[in-house]
Amino acid sequence: MQVVSPVREPLVTSGKTVADVTEDICRQVEGPPTKSWMLGMAISLGALGLGGYAVFMLVWEGIGVWGLNKTVGWAWDITNFVWWVGIGHAGTLISAILLLFRQKWRMSINRAAEAMTIFAVICAAMFPGLHMGRLWLGFYWALPLPNTFGSLWVNFNSPLLWDVFAISTYFTVSLVFWYLGLIPDFATIRDRAKNKVSKMIYGALSFGWDGAAKTWSRYESVSLVLAGLATPLVLSVHTIVSMDFATSVIPGWHTTIFPPYFVAGAIFSGFAMVLTLMLVTRAMFKLEDYVTIEHIELMNIIIIITGSIVGIAYITELFISWYSGVEAEQYAFLNRATGPYWWAYWTMMTCNVISPQLFWIKKIRRSIVATFILSIIVNIGMWFERFVIIVTSLHRDYLPSSWAMFYPTKYDVGVYLFSFGFFFTAFLLFAKFFPVINMAEIKSIIKSTSEKSKVAAEPAQPSTSEINTAE
Amino acid sequence: MEADKNFVVGIFDDEDVLLGAVKKIRDAGVKIHEVYTPFPIHGLDTALGYKMSRLPIAAFMFGMTGTTLALTMMFWMLGVDWPMIIGGKNFTSLPPFIPVTFELTVLLAALGMVGTFMIVSDLKPYKKPRLFDIRTTDDKHVMAIDLAKNTSFSKDQLNGILSEAGAEEVNEKNFD
Repeated sequence: MQVVSPVREPLVTSGKTVADVTEDICRQVEGPPTKSWMLGMAISLGALGLGGYAVFMLVWEGIGVWGLNKTVGWAWDITNFVWWVGIGHAGTLISAILLLFRQKWRMSINRAAEAMTIFAVICAAMFPGLHMGRLWLGFYWALPLPNTFGSLWVNFNSPLLWDVFAISTYFTVSLVFWYLGLIPDFATIRDRAKNKVSKMIYGALSFGWDGAAKTWSRYESVSLVLAGLATPLVLSVHTIVSMDFATSVIPGWHTTIFPPYFVAGAIFSGFAMVLTLMLVTRAMFKLEDYVTIEHIELMNIIIIITGSIVGIAYITELFISWYSGVEAEQYAFLNRATGPYWWAYWTMMTCNVISPQLFWIKKIRRSIVATFILSIIVNIGMWFERFVIIVTSLHRDYLPSSWAMFYPTKYDVGVYLFSFGFFFTAFLLFAKFFPVINMAEIKSIIKSTSEKSKVAAEPAQPSTSEINTAE
Repeated sequence: MEADKNFVVGIFDDEDVLLGAVKKIRDAGVKIHEVYTPFPIHGLDTALGYKMSRLPIAAFMFGMTGTTLALTMMFWMLGVDWPMIIGGKNFTSLPPFIPVTFELTVLLAALGMVGTFMIVSDLKPYKKPRLFDIRTTDDKHVMAIDLAKNTSFSKDQLNGILSEAGAEEVNEKNFD
């Protein structure tokens, strides 16, 4: 039995019925693509093509075409890697952690956020792969496969290898979790399909789903366990990414605060990207009744929290570098804030620490335009965070004779552009051909949280104990 | 009469009515073949008398397999097959092996559990589902009652029980 709480805002507005949910979401999949979708696709494919040239040149010529030098051996590539992995984290946070906390507002956004996770992880994996130079040997070198080097195995003590396992496990588990949720929705599309081709495709994709109570019962138990597995997994992924730096001896990297600081930053940037994508998708597919201002406000609140954690982490880092008394450490941080890369440091500080604080104002938190602008600002800031950590820690080497600056070439920019092209192309294809909102989950809350049921429930005031037990 | 061929099918609009109906119909002594719903309904599995799924146990077993596999692999590769001196440290030690062990545990638990789920629920790409009513994936809940398994009731009696329990439509469905 569902208990209706009169204090909560409805999660689905305009009095939608269960049949309306099917109709509204399937309409995008069944109808011809809209003009705005075509425009988005054209831009994305343009970026993919332009970036594709850079990737081709990179693989053909080798990574010498990048702006790296003897001192700065890691720059845009690893910055982009960490940035994309971080973005992916929000999808798992929404679908797994919010499921464990029984937050029903996750239901309208989890499908798209998980899709974002999967595409972002692919974009991330691109960079270490390309940085190996010989991409085709990447798997052979990185995995513990029998080989002809005298059976010399990979070094399991290296955080870079932990990353290989963490990212590939994360990708696989996210993909499986996402697909499991898609199966019942594919069945809905299959049963509505008019023509033979879509009947066949969605029939195969739906795995013969029939909605039997027994299957649903198992499905729920699988979802819960997967959420329980994905939660420590997502925390482990960025922890391990941060260990790529934290276990080194480079001043500015060798800090124990990195794991929690990176995880908070990842969720922060991920939610910003979810907002950017959802605001566009919501307008493109007219999903205003499913992704409401309420949803946007709740996501903005998470941005304030994680943004503030990131801010505290920056300040703690500064304090500890001074308090440690280690001169090299002190210099690294002083150089970040006042050295030749001061502008990157202060861009990071402004975008990540100051800008999210604007969300304390309710009007800004509930404004679509302000949210959209701030979500992009946050992602710019988070890109600079990684750039600052990586490049400013490296460019002043131990010997002043080795000091150098990093200047990106068009191939650095091009490969980054390629990842954007891939990300948006994949996301737009997903949004057009897959149900962009989890229909089955939304249907399960229609009765308890839609506006109509709120009105119906109003005369009977539930007791306090009932409100407490309401999910 | 042959089993699994001829059914009486009740269509329900509301999940709470359906939950009450399941209880009423089972109390009347009717064996329900299965209920098909467009979304998961809390308490429906217990109302139908289904036992709790043992899939989490399977997940645990797969997870333990992953743990064992990962530790065996690393200790054998770096300790037995080709020990390497890295910074003068021990050939093998547990702490740096924890991340990979954790990842493989999660990977095997997740894949194993989902794989088991697919097999026991008979979900596969080329399967054609047997649908009692096409609306079951849209907005209607469908209760199927096998005539062969309820020989003590006549078809009309079953129709009556279903309508009384709140089914808004009662149909017949025969598969050959």
